[in-house]
Amino acid sequence: MARKRTTITMEVTRFRPGEDSEPTLQSYEVPLRKEWAVLDGLNHIKDHLDGTLSYRWSCRMGICGSCGMTVNGKPQLSCATFLVDYAPGPVRVEPLRNFPVIRDLVVDISDFMTKLPKVKPWLIHEGETPEGEFLQTPQEMDEYKKYSMCINCMLCYSACPVYALEPEFLGPAAIALGQRYNLDSRDDGDRRDVLASAEGVWACTFVGECSTACPKGVDPAGAIQRYKLTAAVAALKDFLLPRGARR
Amino acid sequence: MSAYRQPVSTFWWLHQWSYLLFVLRELSSVFVAWFVVYLLLAVSAIADGPAAYQDFVAWSGGGWVLVLNVVALAFVLLHAVTWFALAPKAMVVPHVPPWVVLVGHYLAWAVLSAAVAWLVLR
Amino acid sequence: MTAFHNIVVVGGGGAGLRAAVAIAEANPLLSVAIVSKVYPMRSHTVSAEGGAAAVIAEGDTIDEHAYDTVSGGDWLTDQDAVEAFVEEAPKELLRLEHQGCPWSRRPDGHIAVRAFGGMKKKRTWFAADKTGFHLLHTLFQTSLSCSDIVRYDEWFVTKLLSDEGRVHGVVAIEMATGRIETIIANAVIVCTGGCGRVFPFTTNANIKTGDGMALAYRAGAPLKDMEFVQYHPTGLPFTGILITEATRAEGGWLLNKDGYRYLQDYDLGKPTPEPVMRSMELGPRDRLSQAFMHEHAKGRTIDTPYGPVVHLDLRHLGAQVIDTKLPFVRELCSKYERIDPVKELIPVRPVVHYMMGGVHTDINGATPVEGLYAAGEVACVSINGANRLGSNSLPELLVFGARAGQAAAEYVRTLQKGSTSAAYAQGRDEERRLTKELRKHDAGTERIADIRTEMQTTMEDGAGIYRDGDSLDKAFVKLHELRERFDRAAVDDHSTTFNTELVALLELDFMLDIAQSIVACAIKRTESRGAHQRTDFPKRDDEKFLAHSLVHRPNKVEYLPVTITRWPPGERVYGR
Ligand SMILES: Cc1cc2nc3c(=O)[nH]c(=O)nc-3n(C[C@H](O)[C@H](O)[C@H](O)COP(=O)(O)OP(=O)(O)OC[C@H]3O[C@@H](n4cnc5c(N)ncnc54)[C@H](O)[C@@H]3O)c2cc1C
Ligand code: SF4
Ligand code: FES
Repeated sequence: MARKRTTITMEVTRFRPGEDSEPTLQSYEVPLRKEWAVLDGLNHIKDHLDGTLSYRWSCRMGICGSCGMTVNGKPQLSCATFLVDYAPGPVRVEPLRNFPVIRDLVVDISDFMTKLPKVKPWLIHEGETPEGEFLQTPQEMDEYKKYSMCINCMLCYSACPVYALEPEFLGPAAIALGQRYNLDSRDDGDRRDVLASAEGVWACTFVGECSTACPKGVDPAGAIQRYKLTAAVAALKDFLLPRGARR
Repeated sequence: MSAYRQPVSTFWWLHQWSYLLFVLRELSSVFVAWFVVYLLLAVSAIADGPAAYQDFVAWSGGGWVLVLNVVALAFVLLHAVTWFALAPKAMVVPHVPPWVVLVGHYLAWAVLSAAVAWLVLR
Repeated sequence: MTAFHNIVVVGGGGAGLRAAVAIAEANPLLSVAIVSKVYPMRSHTVSAEGGAAAVIAEGDTIDEHAYDTVSGGDWLTDQDAVEAFVEEAPKELLRLEHQGCPWSRRPDGHIAVRAFGGMKKKRTWFAADKTGFHLLHTLFQTSLSCSDIVRYDEWFVTKLLSDEGRVHGVVAIEMATGRIETIIANAVIVCTGGCGRVFPFTTNANIKTGDGMALAYRAGAPLKDMEFVQYHPTGLPFTGILITEATRAEGGWLLNKDGYRYLQDYDLGKPTPEPVMRSMELGPRDRLSQAFMHEHAKGRTIDTPYGPVVHLDLRHLGAQVIDTKLPFVRELCSKYERIDPVKELIPVRPVVHYMMGGVHTDINGATPVEGLYAAGEVACVSINGANRLGSNSLPELLVFGARAGQAAAEYVRTLQKGSTSAAYAQGRDEERRLTKELRKHDAGTERIADIRTEMQTTMEDGAGIYRDGDSLDKAFVKLHELRERFDRAAVDDHSTTFNTELVALLELDFMLDIAQSIVACAIKRTESRGAHQRTDFPKRDDEKFLAHSLVHRPNKVEYLPVTITRWPPGERVYGR
């Protein structure tokens, strides 16, 4: 007789530096409820089964970017990925790939935090700031809007084989955020020195997995491709035109 | 604190279809290079006169060169198709939907190929 | 270990980032640090959806914004603070625009504004329905250009160092390593946000545990108006995820189980197809949440496994409006409820959302403790009075974050050199306490989660939308018992690396203080006003209670008169 399953097995990575030499998997049985995200399963473990499990979370609504994990091999926001979609299980929850593991499911993202300021992710405006607002039509906003949607969740870095092999690579989100300002009609900044460097767009060989992994539709792969063309055209202009005629 | 560095497995590129495709595309550069060499050999054979050219054609039709060229063609096509697929991402033209950019590229390719064919076969 | 900064800002949300930048601008020579238990861009400001109010549209006036705020707050607002707030809010939002915030636009390129609950005019700026997200990321990314600001990311502050009524810094734990550090500072600005997690069902993120309120309270600063907890009328059942008021501003309707727009029965106006300002679905949050309770009592709500709900109907808005103005709402509904609001009704119920009360500050964010400042949701200036109007909080973060930053910079400039030896000693004591705490809880018998859950249900049952003397007294006794049980809480995790169980313990410790202060204030206020509704005292009593509650540790309540400048107390009229 087929009875509806009421629980699901979660296999969770455990790693405590000093105590474990490498990560291991630990299994827990958690209730399988229609509404439960993978994160609810982890919270159940933490609250009722094993208080020593560590992971990051905050908003539980897919906007703070804290809760990225590898769920059954794919980078996901654990608060926006649901247990029922993995039934009957088991569902395997591991830390995000391509980052050092600090503990259990917590990874070290300081590499991204040092790279982010390099692309100058702020508005650079030459000339006077207007008394009121800068005018910007909805069409002008559409130019950069999707690149401004990045929640810094790091799923794209986790999906990117170039980042895995070449840790110097600025990476999808940082480049997309540079492009976000480049394409803003209010911005006059020049980010070419960073974006068009060897660690910038040219390191990308277009795997495209970053855009597939992105939960917010940012399309970092598109941002990178687009900037490659911009950078190539700019380099060509530098080569062909006398200094004064460039812009 | 000693964080654990997750190793990259040697066969990471087999874990996902998109990764494999990516590695194959990287590999295609070798075959693009081969085509360049092959073209140079053809030019040199033509320059050396009809006899040399006949030898070159015979060599090309034989066993391994033919196989190599078929494989190379597959890789070069893979490269071209994936390259074109990127074009609409790189070239964002206002008021023009991405598929138009894509079709435009294929059209340009067809026209160019036709022109070359006309030149050669005329 | 010790470090030194002129000013330490605790918290990297909207208020904290604004304060830090204000200090750097006021005096670039000062050393400023932001200490935050999560990376700044993870702060809960990120989840604000609907918008930020400030007068910019033609035909709107500063005075109208002030009046809406004062009457919305049921006259418990300090009107001098409100006047400063409405005056400075537009400048702050423009400043963000100049920094690149993608505010939604009209076709001509000017800022667009939308309607919001309790506001007489359209004045809420928005960035689709991810306003807080864009606001926070703009502030954070802009702060990266200011390399003088030192950041302690993922450091948890456990204590404010204070001696003889003056603050000297903080003690914090670096989560990644477990390192405990004494950070000496001439001034501290607390910007730690709200405390929604004291309740079981809330829109607030996991980090909103009232830490800063408890830190300041323990350092001798009184808390103000803690009995005023805002319930937002439209949260998704089970998760408590917010469905923004902007849904109703764009024309959404609230329907009971018979498909009837029930708000018309609660003195909120007559239903019209188009939204009308300060009427029906655009009434203030306290009144809407209370109306839900009455519908429930009449048996006109719909039962679900996660409590009674009513329906929010957006279907008549159409896919076009929903996708351009409310895309996140559609995304949230499809993810968390598996419904499409273009075609289906959204189940919603009132949910704890915002803390009107907080650390008592003056109009410049200064608390009565010398050198201690507070801004943002953690503070109570008070512009929100007994009920905050939606979209007033985001501009509040900016206006009072900036003011607190400037005031702290000025304070540090004029500061006489004092001795910090007491602070060092306190730092060492705190370090010892934390280490001992871990060991003490080794033999514990109570689960942290159990105590927390019981605290939350106690608050909901005793100090919910409607409360009375009886329910509050019971809650007070229960909280006392929970405090005792807390001493026996177990900590199974003894690792120094990213020990989130220790963090949960410290947060619960803070929350228990806050819960008690809420109940203590609510017991004493024997009237009904705004979000504080006593069934045993259903009338507003200006005679006795046109005053802020000030609660000192432990739970000693006194009153401070409200500042009235131009708007004498009157009746709150909506829909008429
Ligand atoms: C879902 C939702 C939607 C909202 N929508 C709107 C809206 O549309 N319009 C509006 O005006 N308002 C809205 N609000 C209210 C508004 O967003 C909040 O009041 C405001 O964002 C609070 O900002 P803050 O800077 O005070 O705190 P937060 O953004 O919460 O930041 C708190 C900071 O303090 C730090 N911190 C806390 N404790 C510690 C500690 N012990 N040690 C170190 N650091 C610590 C945290 O790491 C964090 O950086 C909404 C609120 C919610 C919950
Ligand atoms: S680009 Fe997408 S996947 Fe990458 S960090 Fe930003 S939101 Fe996450
Ligand atoms: S918890 Fe915030 S994105 Fe998942």
